[in-house]
Amino acid sequence: MSNKINHSMSLAKPDAQDISTKQKIALATGLVGLLILVLAFFNIDFPNRAVFLALSLGLITVGTVVYSRDAYLTKLEGIKNDGVWFKSISSRGVIGWALGVVLTAFYIVLYFYPQFLGLGANGSANTGLIALFDPLSNLLSGRNASQWFVYGTLYTIAIAVFGYKFILKYRHNKYQQLRTVSVIFFQLGFAYLIPEFMYVMNSDLPYYDLKSVWPLNYYLFQDYHLNQFLGAGNIGIALIIFGIVSTLVITPILTYKYGKRWYCSWVCGCGGLAETAGDSFRQLSSKKMSAWKLERWLIHTVLVFSVIMTVAVVSSFLKGSWQDGVFVEGNYWLSNEGFLIAIGVLLTIVFVGVMVFKRNELGKDARYGAIGYAIVILSLFAIYFTGTNEEIFFIKSSTLKTAYGFYIGSIFSGVIGTGFYPILGNRSWCRFGCPMAAILGFQQRLFSRFRITTNGGQCISCGNCSNSCEMGIDVRAYAQKGENIVRSSCVGCGVCSAVCPRGVLKLENDSMDGRINPTEVLLGNDVDLMDLLNKN
Amino acid sequence: MEHVVIIGNGISGVTAARHIRKNSDKKITIISAETNHFFSRTALMYIYMGHMKYEHTKPYEDYFWKKNRIELKNAYVKTIDTNAKTLHFAEGDTLNYDKLVIATGSKPNKFGWPGQDLEGAQGLYSKQDLDSLERNAPNNKVCKRAVIVGGGLIGIELAEMLNSRNIPVTFLVREDSFWNGVLPEGESAMINRHIKNHHIDLRLGFNLKEIKADDNGKVKSIVITETEEEIECNVVGLTAGVAPNISFIKDSRIETNRGVLVNRHLETNIPDVYAIGDCAEQRDSGIDQRRPIEAVWYTGRMMGEALAQTICGNRREYKPGHWFNSAKFLDIEYQTYGWVYGERGRPEYEKHFHWIHEDDTKCITVAYHKDTKEFLGINTFGIRMRHETFDRWLTEKRDVDYVITNLLEANFDPEFYKHFEKDILAAYKKNLQTA
Repeated sequence: MSNKINHSMSLAKPDAQDISTKQKIALATGLVGLLILVLAFFNIDFPNRAVFLALSLGLITVGTVVYSRDAYLTKLEGIKNDGVWFKSISSRGVIGWALGVVLTAFYIVLYFYPQFLGLGANGSANTGLIALFDPLSNLLSGRNASQWFVYGTLYTIAIAVFGYKFILKYRHNKYQQLRTVSVIFFQLGFAYLIPEFMYVMNSDLPYYDLKSVWPLNYYLFQDYHLNQFLGAGNIGIALIIFGIVSTLVITPILTYKYGKRWYCSWVCGCGGLAETAGDSFRQLSSKKMSAWKLERWLIHTVLVFSVIMTVAVVSSFLKGSWQDGVFVEGNYWLSNEGFLIAIGVLLTIVFVGVMVFKRNELGKDARYGAIGYAIVILSLFAIYFTGTNEEIFFIKSSTLKTAYGFYIGSIFSGVIGTGFYPILGNRSWCRFGCPMAAILGFQQRLFSRFRITTNGGQCISCGNCSNSCEMGIDVRAYAQKGENIVRSSCVGCGVCSAVCPRGVLKLENDSMDGRINPTEVLLGNDVDLMDLLNKN
Repeated sequence: MEHVVIIGNGISGVTAARHIRKNSDKKITIISAETNHFFSRTALMYIYMGHMKYEHTKPYEDYFWKKNRIELKNAYVKTIDTNAKTLHFAEGDTLNYDKLVIATGSKPNKFGWPGQDLEGAQGLYSKQDLDSLERNAPNNKVCKRAVIVGGGLIGIELAEMLNSRNIPVTFLVREDSFWNGVLPEGESAMINRHIKNHHIDLRLGFNLKEIKADDNGKVKSIVITETEEEIECNVVGLTAGVAPNISFIKDSRIETNRGVLVNRHLETNIPDVYAIGDCAEQRDSGIDQRRPIEAVWYTGRMMGEALAQTICGNRREYKPGHWFNSAKFLDIEYQTYGWVYGERGRPEYEKHFHWIHEDDTKCITVAYHKDTKEFLGINTFGIRMRHETFDRWLTEKRDVDYVITNLLEANFDPEFYKHFEKDILAAYKKNLQTA
């Protein structure tokens, strides 16, 4: 809640930060656009859907753009966070909670009750909100809209218009601008348009966002997806190979060179939404030690779950499937046994490599890693030895897959991850749940040239950096000791550096030497004293 | 077990406590009447501006103190009896110590202006100052105008704070250009323009004559000495510097001047009594070219570290290295390394090279020795510089040519930022030709 002391007896809004007349008009414009969507949701059938859809999306865009321009272009360039902890929406006030509830409800309907959005069942025509989007979907791919098309469109617009707001807010900061342009580009092109065009070219291809990498898109290696790929000829095979290469080769190389930020804050759509639409909520992430402990257990558990689920699903796919009550054995060049052995060998190489070369850097974390590793290896044995059907630990792999899709893919990433923006901060999914972030973070911590360096003794411990860290890193704790920040969770958004009033923080790609300096290295003090402090 | 008592829970006292705990098992008590827990004073402005809440300004979570066995006592020390090694509190109770650290910081200067103690007239240093500002200037309806007196770093922060709530500000500065006692004229002039660009009514060369009260004893207006002009206002910010907060020590045997007098080991004239941070004053004169009293965040931290060693039986001098500092003037970041003097007190050997960008928000000034060309210091505005590099160059006694030629090595700006080193070098070469 806001900590503002309000001595005004006025019944009108007592906030110091009032919005201008122009902003009020812009807000009204945007809300009218939103109202059209709401009316459509309540099954109001608009006569000319194409016109009303364009009107709705247009008004929302214009409203946000005009509002943002008036908010930032009327002031000089610089950090503009005035009043974020006073505004109800951005300080877990009434509006913040209300927004959280509405968003959460929307996600529940979207994932579990698409019929309420108007999705036509069994080939019947769409109604309501989804029908409103039919003209646009027909224009792009020649088919009627689905709830995912509606969601994708709104998602893309949100990233674009709030991205524009973000660019204005940080117009003095080239890093922030470029990264936002990049995120808008990848969302609009790779996540939204290209998959639609791929469908136009080859309607047998499943939806495939090329920039999306396993395990974030956990469905990549699932049977229905693999079947669709295999049924789509050479291009399908090529896409499977690309999916594997992007996970095993491209990702580690880019992470080595630039840190996980190349993905999390320059490419990823989840990150894109968090950075743009979620920017107003970045200060809400908890920086408590307890939150950090929870984060580390949770995100790595999700990763372990995701690995086991994927291996089980692929394994049962390779074994074969039940078709019309008859079990048809899989007949692929890669046998189930071969696959499990290959995964086992790969994991062992990674594990042994880490233990031999990086044991000291990981310290206590190595123990947690070993536990997770042991669970995965035991699961591999279980998958191999437990009978002819598809059970592991007496749980069907399809059940495992459904559970993962339900609890992680839907509830965690959507309902909590985005719905709880106004409560838990904008990156709670990236921070607590994303298995991709866990893998990239593991790579970043172990072998990346990326780090955030601190500027000698200039830190005044003001806490702006920690406050604006969406990943809940207590940046100040490092900066005030003069210690480089090498954290697996850091997505490299660079806002800590931007808001620092003393120019203390800088994101850098540099050599691996001296990257980790877990000591006090404050400049200004006499050198002997620092040596002494570090010895103690 | 030896009992170390620290008066003051600012950066100096808390750093001392932390390092004493690292090195020993002594009993440690920190006393403060300001807040229960350590917070970062430098962030007070961001609480008012709504960037952060009070709890975000605490560098350590509340469990930290218990976990590290550092006792916190919320009390106000009234007198110190150094013979009996006893503190007497305003509440009437007492506390014995074996070693005493005075780290009470500063209080805002007041120069005897009529009306300076009225409700609505205040400095900006403590949590209480912030609370009273929140009371007297919650918005621009309650506070129709504020006047700030004194042209230093706290003054401009206060102006920025009030500006964030759309409260009109008149800023009275005694000098004829903002902070020109410290900044060279080109920089000071640039900041003047920057302040005015924020619609702050900057009045240069004006002094406060008196503060007038309304019927309720609250600030009503101020009068300017030079013009006799009366300005209606509800808040007056008194930000003409700070002075050591040591009035309760004056009656003790501890020797004081403006601050508590200490030697290079931060020891006072009384055994087992030490002083660190803003309230400590170096005997004789300052270290190197530093002033005897330095109210700077990082020197407080360094004194705390050094003193902790001494208290733990490892007697050490306080040795601050090369001077550096930083600040932010509204939207312009400022950093300084080494010594760059303004008009006042500039040594006759010191020469300057000044470069300013055409957008009027970035500039640098490099000070060097006119005969030896030795690099003496640099001020940068709107360009971040790497502390480590300048620290090394100052130690290596580089000349000014080397520094300007290698400026890129010291750049600390975020990635993709535009660089100005070439422009600076070109301007420097041109300057040499015309000089």
